[in-house]
Amino acid sequence: MPVTSRTQTTALERLNTRENARPRVAVHKFSSCDGCQLAFINAGEALLELAQLVEIVHFAEAGPMDPEAAVDIAFVEGSISTPEESERIQAVRANSRFMVSLGACATSGGLQALRNFNADGATGWTEAVYAQPEFINSLDTATPVAEHVKVDLELWGCPVNARQVFQAVRQLLFGVAPVVDKDKLCVECKRQQHVCVLVAKGIPCMGPVTHTGCGALCPAFGRDCYACFGPAENPNTTSLSRRFEGLGLMPESVAKRFHFINSHAPAFRTEWLAWKERS
Amino acid sequence: MDSLFDAIRDEGFSRVVGPVARDGAIVYRDIASAADLPRGVRDRQAPGTYRLESQEDGVRAFSWANGAQALKPLTFAPRETLWRCERDESGRLAFRDLAQEHEPTAVIGVRACDLAALQIHEQHFLKPPYPDPHYAARRSSLFLVAVHCSHPADTCFCASTGDGPRAESGYDLAMSELDEGFVVTAATDRGRAVLAAMGLDPASSVQQGKADREVEAAALGQGRSLPSRNLKDALYARLEHAHWDHVGRRCLSCGNCTAVCPTCFCHAEQDEPALTGETSEHLRQWDSCFTAVHSYMGHFLVREETRLRYRQWLTHKLASWHEQYGRSGCVGCGRCIAWCPVGIDITAEVTALMESGDAQS
Repeated sequence: MPVTSRTQTTALERLNTRENARPRVAVHKFSSCDGCQLAFINAGEALLELAQLVEIVHFAEAGPMDPEAAVDIAFVEGSISTPEESERIQAVRANSRFMVSLGACATSGGLQALRNFNADGATGWTEAVYAQPEFINSLDTATPVAEHVKVDLELWGCPVNARQVFQAVRQLLFGVAPVVDKDKLCVECKRQQHVCVLVAKGIPCMGPVTHTGCGALCPAFGRDCYACFGPAENPNTTSLSRRFEGLGLMPESVAKRFHFINSHAPAFRTEWLAWKERS
Repeated sequence: MDSLFDAIRDEGFSRVVGPVARDGAIVYRDIASAADLPRGVRDRQAPGTYRLESQEDGVRAFSWANGAQALKPLTFAPRETLWRCERDESGRLAFRDLAQEHEPTAVIGVRACDLAALQIHEQHFLKPPYPDPHYAARRSSLFLVAVHCSHPADTCFCASTGDGPRAESGYDLAMSELDEGFVVTAATDRGRAVLAAMGLDPASSVQQGKADREVEAAALGQGRSLPSRNLKDALYARLEHAHWDHVGRRCLSCGNCTAVCPTCFCHAEQDEPALTGETSEHLRQWDSCFTAVHSYMGHFLVREETRLRYRQWLTHKLASWHEQYGRSGCVGCGRCIAWCPVGIDITAEVTALMESGDAQS
């Protein structure tokens, strides 16, 4: 039987053989606004409780810095948008037992994925926005983490819901697979007894195709959902967009409902394309 | 009306819930006096559409059919904690039942369809040998003031299911609203006590006749219907009908119909452990046969396709319900029609399913 010398084991293998240590956690940032990391920081007391339960070894926004540390759980915020990021995500994956992508950018490419639909990628926009675009080195696309490495759990939302994040952490600490509710937003909206804005006001609410998780925030204030949590399971975007057309939306406006924060998500991408071709 | 509020409170029902016009719909909320009621408000309902209209000279407070929800959330809570688990000092798990008493509550403006649905829910939740203590506590806290329906919506079809528009039973007080006031009858001892305390004049035969005719007209004015009160065999014979595909293409599987249905009772239970892992709460919340997890078992989804989810809902509601509860699960309130975002109409879908004699077509 071949003997593996200690020097040949990876950092992750050594992590896996530890005993009685607190799980090590890292929060990594890629292309994003940092809003999902704020879900941790804004959690206040819960973050302090978490710090007792786990060892937070890397979380630049909160203080600890050790980006190359091997960890039990790696949270990843942001899309893969630069050549540097496409290399760094591989290293993060290699150093992580369990990887959780956090928020719209990490799960679908986010708002910046709108550039994926440009023939010249980000070039035109970069030149329009930056005084010295030659210093910008970005990929033509902004893509979800799962298109680059294996992701064990995706938590959608712009931003993610802190309650959902901490529930997932708790389940991981118990050693069980986290369960994420993928139902439509309507299920939660009705539980909270909000009046349906689509039916009672005739406004184009995305709730019937959108992943629950936010707590039905927008309908609670009489606003239409704009799908920041991305597509729900089994989304019938075709039927809903036909309804939007019936409400008086022009094809271009119907297309835009799907071409926003989660434009790169396949269900929304397909529906956007179908209506763009008609407009 | 204000004498009703006073008499109800004197009878011990400190909380009063009733209809108000808010956010563009009739919703049931805590109300303080008759001034909170939606006077002069009418509802216009159609598949996928609900609008309120205000009539400035309207004197009536109940000249509408219904809103998205009425009694169901008061008896079958959308989300509630059933029990809590914590470690005691010896490290053993201790479970605490969180069933509780609820404030005595009077509900004003209950419709016949909601009372019919309530009776079904009582059968479901309170039947021995395992009555649900959480449901029982909420139900027993309620004093129900029905209002016979005089203004059905275009989506209503309670006359065809036999559940309205007159409230027949299950209430403490029932009222007919006329332009000049209310004709009130009592069905329970506490209802009679409230009625006596209100000190009303006896209704004249003219007023009584007017009240009866309005309810009769409300039944005749309903344009929608189901073809039979028992569609069990007819639906079981059409399980592979091509129309399920047709409705499956339109259906959003969003669960709005089941949430607004006053008889749908499906729920999911889940545990929410605190981050520390020292305590955990067990929740129950409304679920829907239109969600994926509802049919998840042993690593596969029984009903992945929308067509199968819609079929499950319709065949449970109108067919297998007969086997469970001795009647159909539809009370004809029409809520699933109005509150479906894409306006799928249960009466039209059933008609389409029945039209073809060839069950396999």
